Amino acid sequence: MLRFIIRRLVQMVGVLVVLSLLLFLWLRSLPGGTVSAILGERATPATRAAMEKAFGLDEPVWVQYGKFVGRVLQGDFGPSTSVLPGTDALDIFLQRFPATIELSFFAMLIAVALGIPMGYVAARRRASFLDNASVVFSLVGVAVPVFFLAFLLKYVFAIKLGWLPVSGRQDGSLDATRVTGFFVIDGLLTREFDASVNALKHLVLPAVALASIPFAVIFRITRASVLEVLDEDYIRTAESKGLTNRVIRGRHVLRNAMLPVTTTIGLQIGALLGGAVLTEAVFSWGGIGEALALSFSRRDYPVLQVIILAAAAVYVLVNLLVDIMYAVIDPRVRTR
Amino acid sequence: MTPSPMDPRPSAKKNRIDSLAATAGGGTATAVKDVHVSAAGKVGDTGGVSLIASAWARLRRNPVFLLGAAITLVFVVLALVAPWIAPHDASKRIPELLDDLRPGAIPGPRDGFPLGSDEFGRDLLSRLLVGARQTLIVGVFATIFGLTGGLVLGTLAGALGGWVDSVVMRVVDVMLSIPSLLLAVSIAALAPRPSQWTVIIAIATVQVPIFARLLRGSMLAQRSSDHVLAARALGVKPQAIIFRHMLPNSLGPVIVQSTLVLATSIIDAAGLSFLGLGNSDDRQPEWGQMLGEAQRLIQDYPHLAFYPAICIIIVALGFTLMGESLREALDPKSRR
Repeated sequence: MLRFIIRRLVQMVGVLVVLSLLLFLWLRSLPGGTVSAILGERATPATRAAMEKAFGLDEPVWVQYGKFVGRVLQGDFGPSTSVLPGTDALDIFLQRFPATIELSFFAMLIAVALGIPMGYVAARRRASFLDNASVVFSLVGVAVPVFFLAFLLKYVFAIKLGWLPVSGRQDGSLDATRVTGFFVIDGLLTREFDASVNALKHLVLPAVALASIPFAVIFRITRASVLEVLDEDYIRTAESKGLTNRVIRGRHVLRNAMLPVTTTIGLQIGALLGGAVLTEAVFSWGGIGEALALSFSRRDYPVLQVIILAAAAVYVLVNLLVDIMYAVIDPRVRTR
Repeated sequence: MTPSPMDPRPSAKKNRIDSLAATAGGGTATAVKDVHVSAAGKVGDTGGVSLIASAWARLRRNPVFLLGAAITLVFVVLALVAPWIAPHDASKRIPELLDDLRPGAIPGPRDGFPLGSDEFGRDLLSRLLVGARQTLIVGVFATIFGLTGGLVLGTLAGALGGWVDSVVMRVVDVMLSIPSLLLAVSIAALAPRPSQWTVIIAIATVQVPIFARLLRGSMLAQRSSDHVLAARALGVKPQAIIFRHMLPNSLGPVIVQSTLVLATSIIDAAGLSFLGLGNSDDRQPEWGQMLGEAQRLIQDYPHLAFYPAICIIIVALGFTLMGESLREALDPKSRR
């Protein structure tokens, strides 16, 4: 087990190193470049040179990469150049990260809470009306662009009906105390329960929109997996032994069927991060998705670097955890 | 160490793609083998039904597949004849509509313009019709490019094995470690001016590692299979084994994936447009681009976003329904 984890960790470091190299080269080949983005096209050569020197852009590329890696290892990505000029890029990231995590967490919660039971019931009643209806529902979920769903929800429930807030994470007028950056948890910690409720209200629409991505996948994998397990010999054995339905369902069907589902949930983190970029833009969420869109349009290299590297690291790390969890649930994986 | 489809260093995503490859690939193997044998005339008809024949027989009776195929057919026909049936020139600003177009007032439906005007005084219906063609182009080319890249990498890795396999698969790992939308956005941002082709290339690149992994998985399963062994024993050249025996038998899951990618690429194109990285030339209307652009006006003119969104949803649903039923039909396990 330990060797398995170490091997996967080494692999992960390798992926991140290659990724940092690709990322660095990619950033250098972007059109325009930082200097033009800040000074505009009509800057004099002298100011351009001074600016290039200030950012270390006049040195050879490999020296820049060496310095880049050195700084990254110390957590120093340099100051943001244009999103919030002068602020440390890592700070911008860390400040916005909880917002995205909170949104993604609730989206995943909704997707799991709906997807797994629906998938299970659909599989148990295969080819029934319920089954067909939920399959079509999940396929529609795949076909709707997430940002359009976000707009639709916002338009109907926030703008037309006015049931839920239009944008943001919390009403500014509440002046809630910040502790962790997760607004719902902050409210519970400081006993400002109205702040928590307010944050939850803000969460509903974006989380539902974002949940559409992982929901469809989790539902379909659960359904397929339960169908497969129901067909296994050991289920028939369990039934013929006269075990109660509850035992068969819990111990035999669900436990075995959950294996591929766990993997899928890990994989969906990537899709969730992508979808968060789009959803956050619709609801002015103030998370890293919004920062990413901004730093793209303003060519803020340091902020871009942090976000992309961190997104990949989170993704790889989550999948490492999923693999380990998988090995814990399913002993067969360890011996392979 | 001989590589096996059950890679001893599994990551979650790989496992899923590989297992998909194993089920579907194994299935088609039998089918094509049957065809080969009977075509050669060496073995008489044993009365068995090939997988392709039985898959087709089931697809023909499957309402889900028929619905998907019907949607796709209508879409393709529409895309082909669009320029002739569009009532107006889709890229021209029409004087009649322009007369009533002023800030804060976009002309609605009227005689000759059943859906009204877009924000620049162009006929919305014509733009939707012509947009079908551009949308088809984006979907088809993104799929073809992604497929080609994946076929080359996957065949290299799966057929040659050894260090080529290791190198190719590490590259694929790195690409898979970046959330797909982030990767697409990063590639699209490299272009100095976004165009139809930068969108297509960005979306296609994201698909390459998925196709590569899928193909490699089923090629590896083929390598040790009986019919490849037989061919080798008969002295068939390695090249012929790879291209005549292994590759055609590995295509099943790849074909299914292509159908699904047709849908996702149209949705991804909409996402890129929404982030301002879509085709900037609006003389070539494309649904994703129309939807992305319309988001700015959605509060006051929801219909501008609504029509292209509905088109995208229906078409993406069509491709997905087709792909999913194809997957089920090709899976020998689901034959009952």
